[in-house]
Amino acid sequence: MNLRKYLKVYKKFLHTSLASELEYKTNILVDLITAILSLLGSIFLLSIFFQNNGYIGGWKFEQALIIQAIYTILNGITNTWFNPNLTEIVKHIREGTLDFVLLKPIDSQFFISSKKINPSGFLEILLGFFLLFFCIRINQINLNLSFLTLSLITISCSICILYSLWFFISTTTIWFVKTWNAIEVLRSFLYIGRFPLNSFSFSLRIFFSVFIPIAFITTIPSEVFLGLSVLWKILLEVIVATVFLITSRKFWLFALKFYSSASS
Amino acid sequence: MLEYRVEIALWAISGIIPFFMLNIWTNNNLNESINISDIMLSRYFLCAFFVRQFSVVWVVFSFEEDSLMGKVSPYLIQPLNPFFRYFAQHLAEQITRFPFALIIAFFFFIFNPESLWIPNLGILLLSIVSTFLSFLIQFLIQSIVACLCFWTEKASSIERLLFIPTLFLSGLLAPVVSFPAYMKSWIYLTPFPYLIDFPANLLSGNETNISGGLSMQILWIFLLFPLFKKIWSQGTKKYTAMGS
Repeated sequence: MNLRKYLKVYKKFLHTSLASELEYKTNILVDLITAILSLLGSIFLLSIFFQNNGYIGGWKFEQALIIQAIYTILNGITNTWFNPNLTEIVKHIREGTLDFVLLKPIDSQFFISSKKINPSGFLEILLGFFLLFFCIRINQINLNLSFLTLSLITISCSICILYSLWFFISTTTIWFVKTWNAIEVLRSFLYIGRFPLNSFSFSLRIFFSVFIPIAFITTIPSEVFLGLSVLWKILLEVIVATVFLITSRKFWLFALKFYSSASS
Repeated sequence: MLEYRVEIALWAISGIIPFFMLNIWTNNNLNESINISDIMLSRYFLCAFFVRQFSVVWVVFSFEEDSLMGKVSPYLIQPLNPFFRYFAQHLAEQITRFPFALIIAFFFFIFNPESLWIPNLGILLLSIVSTFLSFLIQFLIQSIVACLCFWTEKASSIERLLFIPTLFLSGLLAPVVSFPAYMKSWIYLTPFPYLIDFPANLLSGNETNISGGLSMQILWIFLLFPLFKKIWSQGTKKYTAMGS
């Protein structure tokens, strides 16, 4: 592993994919409007839930907004990096172009998960941060160093879990060839990350923290923001994130053994 | 279509968001404020799931791919509007999806046995008609968006934009009855509540204006169809074959 080499390659990836994406400038504008509308829509939905109730699952409206903000940031990250790259795996496998990736003198997972970038996701990330700062103000959270490090740790763990989930689903393409729909299933499950975990019934809560750890992705970072979180939860998230990253890596290497090229 | 059984099963699973929403509604007793009982609400969301399963449309994605790959050119020579081809595909997939949707409904009733009900035949037929009309409205809207492919190559981003109001205003995530009054005053003039809320209310036996809803659906189809024909005829004149 030569870090400098990878950085240099990544720079080239960034350059080429930005250049090709900026060809579709109106597209980026449309995506921005989509992101804004989607955020407004979910805030609207949340306001319906709260119109006659002060609390949902023990969360006030202002507190639940933090979850929306974190969800928006993570969704922006997904749209910028994970979605454009990992949906490409499906194409690589169906058309047999994965051969070319495997032949390159570079780690295949690195190549596959960082080749492309979709700049319109940046706007969504920005939007999420705006909402987050707004939430910090209305919830009167005072920023200090330990809080900042904890929130940084939990959010990066969430990103790792999210990435591993996406990568895991995309890897199954090696057996199933078409996994668009599996990705749709993941998307619809991730959708519930917009709401506090406590607002679901007990059985669903268990499901979403054990089988698909969506609970960890948005709820725990939001709890850190509110100062409600306990240490063991944060530790648990770090452990889950590490386990997920390692397993997804192992799974990829394992799956590659079953790859039999197509159409060549 | 039967070749892709797993695919279609996964599609069916990906539509279960209404059930998560139901869980939030009932678990927090939110339904008390809008005067709908638990049972009626769970029926509503089950019906919303069904209506969504049989009215989901993806023609713009197929058309965009075909037009980028240059596959539209041979279709255009044939004496049949290519959208009939997509229309038939959609219908075929809806039929294959039916057993999977039934399985999901079966599990739903195992977990919520008290919400089991049998709609009477007339209502069932009417709601099938209105679901089909809802499918037609969405198919026409997406076909109009798909025709924009003739002008810009990526029409699917416009579709994603249109999907947002469809998602939030159609009643898939929250019944339109629960919307605040300032929304209710104008929302019934838009096509959105007739996509899911109206057929789902009809099927689940919740209160709804049957003749009004059906006539609005038909009205929207009559408005959208000429628009589609016009944009189609203009688009084909504009068409420059790509990838061939």
